[in-house]
Amino acid sequence: MKSYLYQNPSRATWAEDYSFLNNDIKNEEGLGIKKSYLKVSDLNIYIGKAHILKNVNLEIPDKKITCIIGPSGCGKSTLLKTFNRLIDDTEGIRYEGSILVDDTDIFDKKTEITDIRKKMGLLSQRPCPLPMSIYDNIAFGCKMHGERNRKKLNQIVEQQLKAVGLWEEVKNRLNAPASKLSIGQQQRLCLARGLAVEPEFILADEATSALDPISSKHIEELFVKLKQDYTIILVTHTLRQALRIADHVIFMYLGEVIEAGPADEVFNNPKQELTQKYLEGAFS
Amino acid sequence: MRLKFIEEKIAKGLMVAASLAVFAFVVNIIYTIFRRGFPALNWEMISQIPAGGYYNGGGGGILNAIVGSLYIVLGSTILGLLISIPVVFYLNVYLKKDSKLAYVARLAFDVLFGIPSIVYGAFAFTIMIYLGMHTSLGGGILVITLLVIPIFIRSMDEVAQQLPKDLLDSTYALGATKLETIKVVLRQIAPGIATATLLSVGRAIGDAAGVMFTAGFTDSIPTSLNQPAATLPLSVFFQLSSPNADVQDRAYSAALILIFIVLVISILGRLITNHFSKHKI
Repeated sequence: MKSYLYQNPSRATWAEDYSFLNNDIKNEEGLGIKKSYLKVSDLNIYIGKAHILKNVNLEIPDKKITCIIGPSGCGKSTLLKTFNRLIDDTEGIRYEGSILVDDTDIFDKKTEITDIRKKMGLLSQRPCPLPMSIYDNIAFGCKMHGERNRKKLNQIVEQQLKAVGLWEEVKNRLNAPASKLSIGQQQRLCLARGLAVEPEFILADEATSALDPISSKHIEELFVKLKQDYTIILVTHTLRQALRIADHVIFMYLGEVIEAGPADEVFNNPKQELTQKYLEGAFS
Repeated sequence: MRLKFIEEKIAKGLMVAASLAVFAFVVNIIYTIFRRGFPALNWEMISQIPAGGYYNGGGGGILNAIVGSLYIVLGSTILGLLISIPVVFYLNVYLKKDSKLAYVARLAFDVLFGIPSIVYGAFAFTIMIYLGMHTSLGGGILVITLLVIPIFIRSMDEVAQQLPKDLLDSTYALGATKLETIKVVLRQIAPGIATATLLSVGRAIGDAAGVMFTAGFTDSIPTSLNQPAATLPLSVFFQLSSPNADVQDRAYSAALILIFIVLVISILGRLITNHFSKHKI
């Protein structure tokens, strides 16, 4: 036993023994900006007898805007709603494969569905404020997750409203019903509400399609600003929107991922004929 | 003139006529009650319980019935809400849209909705005998609760079925469990709850057959759930059965009081509804 302790470690063992140090250093670098990770492997989704998503394999790059494009009915919204398992409520749903979010398989029986959803802010197609005041819309999520301190809540509300550029417009009427805001303001409020529970991802399902051009532009600019801190996954119908803001593009067709890659490559140099045709507007 | 404009005019005329007919009925009923009841109405009637021989023209009032009716309405409304809200929440949030259980439950509540109150009364009476209960305030509250539950559930359910799916999804997306969405759901269906409450109160306060066997009738004000309680509709009935014209007039006064209570509750209900529905999206 003694002799083992006094053995001179070889170089290789040294490196192995102290490899944890390197890891620590890596983590330290990442402090504040937590790395988020989303990987889809061999995902198949069936609703009843219909095969909705076919053998999807994907990796979503961290702190980037990923746009999922494709013609209507290609399964892009289904894919998005699978990420936070909102799809669970669909009658006759069945999954195969796995989706890893920060090393947790979201389909695992032990995974708390609310934890997964808390990590994923959702912005739906039509703005859907909660039936409460502007203030409560943002405070609701925080209160639900246990934040009771009034001062802290005030701080969060102000901070998130500022993050979406709504503070100046509503600071004097925080107790007014959220339904009284304009539709563009409502969508920004919904974004702020999602941010208040500190997600890692923002899932947006055609989040600008119900908005007027100016409000859409506002939301797009917000996405570009927010990608410093969040990984944004955007389902969009409008190619031009994807062209403007996407860093990474996923093209889907009939439930399959046809092509995925950096926006530059997919838009300027598509590898698949189908992508080429779609981009040319041969079908939509 | 072109045919479609003539059609328009005739259709509009029929709608106005139908509205006027309904209005005329209401005015007629209120006028009759006022004409016969108002002269007989006095402070003594509202503030005192019946003295000896009241139903033969003696002194006193119907405070026993006013208080009894209010107790029963209050008790059954609170109990009804406590039972119906969880049912509506379960039907609309926990069960899927095409759930068979939800279908059967809704059908059952439709049937219950149509059952006459005398049947509820008879049913509750059998249970009371089985439990060894006497006619009492508690029994009255019990039977009226049974009577209003289908009204509560069906009218709240109509509103709850319109809950936007996006609203629930947005709440789940914040990390809410199904139970935690209740705050959002209740606020969204608040106008439905208010309407349901108004309908139920109307039915509860006006019901005579259900309480006849279960709450009984008495000249005193109940001080506990075990004592019998008088109600306004039965008070109207007993006074109207009297051969004495003065006592019959008092029946109309009692009806006037009943209508007044319903009116006050309705106005309050509307105000409360407006307050709570301002957040509805």
